[in-house]
Amino acid sequence: MIVIIDYGMGNLTSVHNALQSIAVQSCISNRAQDIASASALILPGVGAFGDGMKQLHQLNLIEILKEQVLTMKKPLLGICLGMQLITDGSEEFGNTTGLQWIEGNVKKLSPLSSEYKIPHIGWNDTKILTDSKLLRNLSEKPVFYFVHSYAVTLTPSSAAVETSICDHGCRITASLEQDNIFATQFHPEKSQREGIQLLKNFAAIAREYDA
Amino acid sequence: MLKKRLIPVLLLREGQVVQSIQFKHTNVIHANVPIAVEHFNKWAPDELIVIDASPSREKRKLFHSVISALSRECFVPLTVGGFIDGTDEVRQLLRSGADKVVINTQGFRNHDLIRQTSSIFGSQCVVAGIDVRLSADDRYEVVIDHGKENTGVDPVTWAQELQQLNAGEIYLTSIDRDGSKQGYDLKLLKMISEAVSLPLIAFGGVGNWDHLSEAFMHTNVDAVAAANIFHYVDYSAKKAKDAMKKKGIDVR
Repeated sequence: MIVIIDYGMGNLTSVHNALQSIAVQSCISNRAQDIASASALILPGVGAFGDGMKQLHQLNLIEILKEQVLTMKKPLLGICLGMQLITDGSEEFGNTTGLQWIEGNVKKLSPLSSEYKIPHIGWNDTKILTDSKLLRNLSEKPVFYFVHSYAVTLTPSSAAVETSICDHGCRITASLEQDNIFATQFHPEKSQREGIQLLKNFAAIAREYDA
Repeated sequence: MLKKRLIPVLLLREGQVVQSIQFKHTNVIHANVPIAVEHFNKWAPDELIVIDASPSREKRKLFHSVISALSRECFVPLTVGGFIDGTDEVRQLLRSGADKVVINTQGFRNHDLIRQTSSIFGSQCVVAGIDVRLSADDRYEVVIDHGKENTGVDPVTWAQELQQLNAGEIYLTSIDRDGSKQGYDLKLLKMISEAVSLPLIAFGGVGNWDHLSEAFMHTNVDAVAAANIFHYVDYSAKKAKDAMKKKGIDVR
């Protein structure tokens, strides 16, 4: 059972609905026992970085997640804000420390001209850079739905790998991975066919772990 | 490249989908909202906007459960609006399956609502609705409360204020063009798109597919929205996109 982590930050239901549509079982929870017995975890998110971290602290989720993801190597999919929270920190509304599982930082998008509006909202092409289990069986330049004003920049020494990028007057890391950690800046649960395929891929990764 | 977006709009009145002309809501089009959504879903709309235009808050029927039912079938972003007056309501709507919210009248009356919603949920979640009408002396004016209250405020001024308040997008409606089938008010769209750098969604006036392309060809809007036309034409979202692609518009 995939557990969608409920830390009070929006759009959990969308993820659950998307998984349900491909007959993948999931539940929305923040209980330690559910997280511990999950086959994989999804950290979704709509909202501000600071609030996200505050909620994770308040719900005492940080230690259990760290244990399950970093020690037990449970597959994790971070989506949008989820992708940002797993990094070292963000400059949104003042500097906030993140979960620090991925060496990288969250910065405001800085497109080279005002022709490119912020937030980056809408459907954009992505370019897949490497063979990733998460990104298999997609079209050559899959189009996903993005909605964000901040994005992750990996540090040069980061162990994480940028697996796809997109352009919005600046290069954006659209997805990354590091061992059992996968993350997308775009919303697969809102990207119709291509997004659903990505979630199918993640469900397959979860099944492998569970086997 | 970021694509231009096509967004069907569902106007609900007491739980049913209705047609709208200059904000007077007339015919019921669909009594069953999820069936209405099925029409759109198959042909890849880019987003869906659902606005509760019931006569009063008390007359809303089951809005949250309608949104829940909708979101089970909707794998594109769902933006929801109507009577939103507090961040608790926003949280509930997001939990019901909405991805973004449209805040209009209550945001005008209380600027903090915009600021707070943006701060808690992120600016990308906040779509600021601006309804505009031409006043007697031929100036554009912001109107609130479903067209009932003239504010005397210039929409450019209000749009710029909304940008300061950290709204994420603007959903701009021409009340005069609503239901008219005359096309969007391109002058109004241009004016607002030049005044702010927020993404802009146009609404009000679409009578044929060319009106959609016109908005992209003559103004800098990011998305075109329409209500009535999508209900009366089969396979409409696909037809709309085909027509735009023929004119060279970069849509999904």
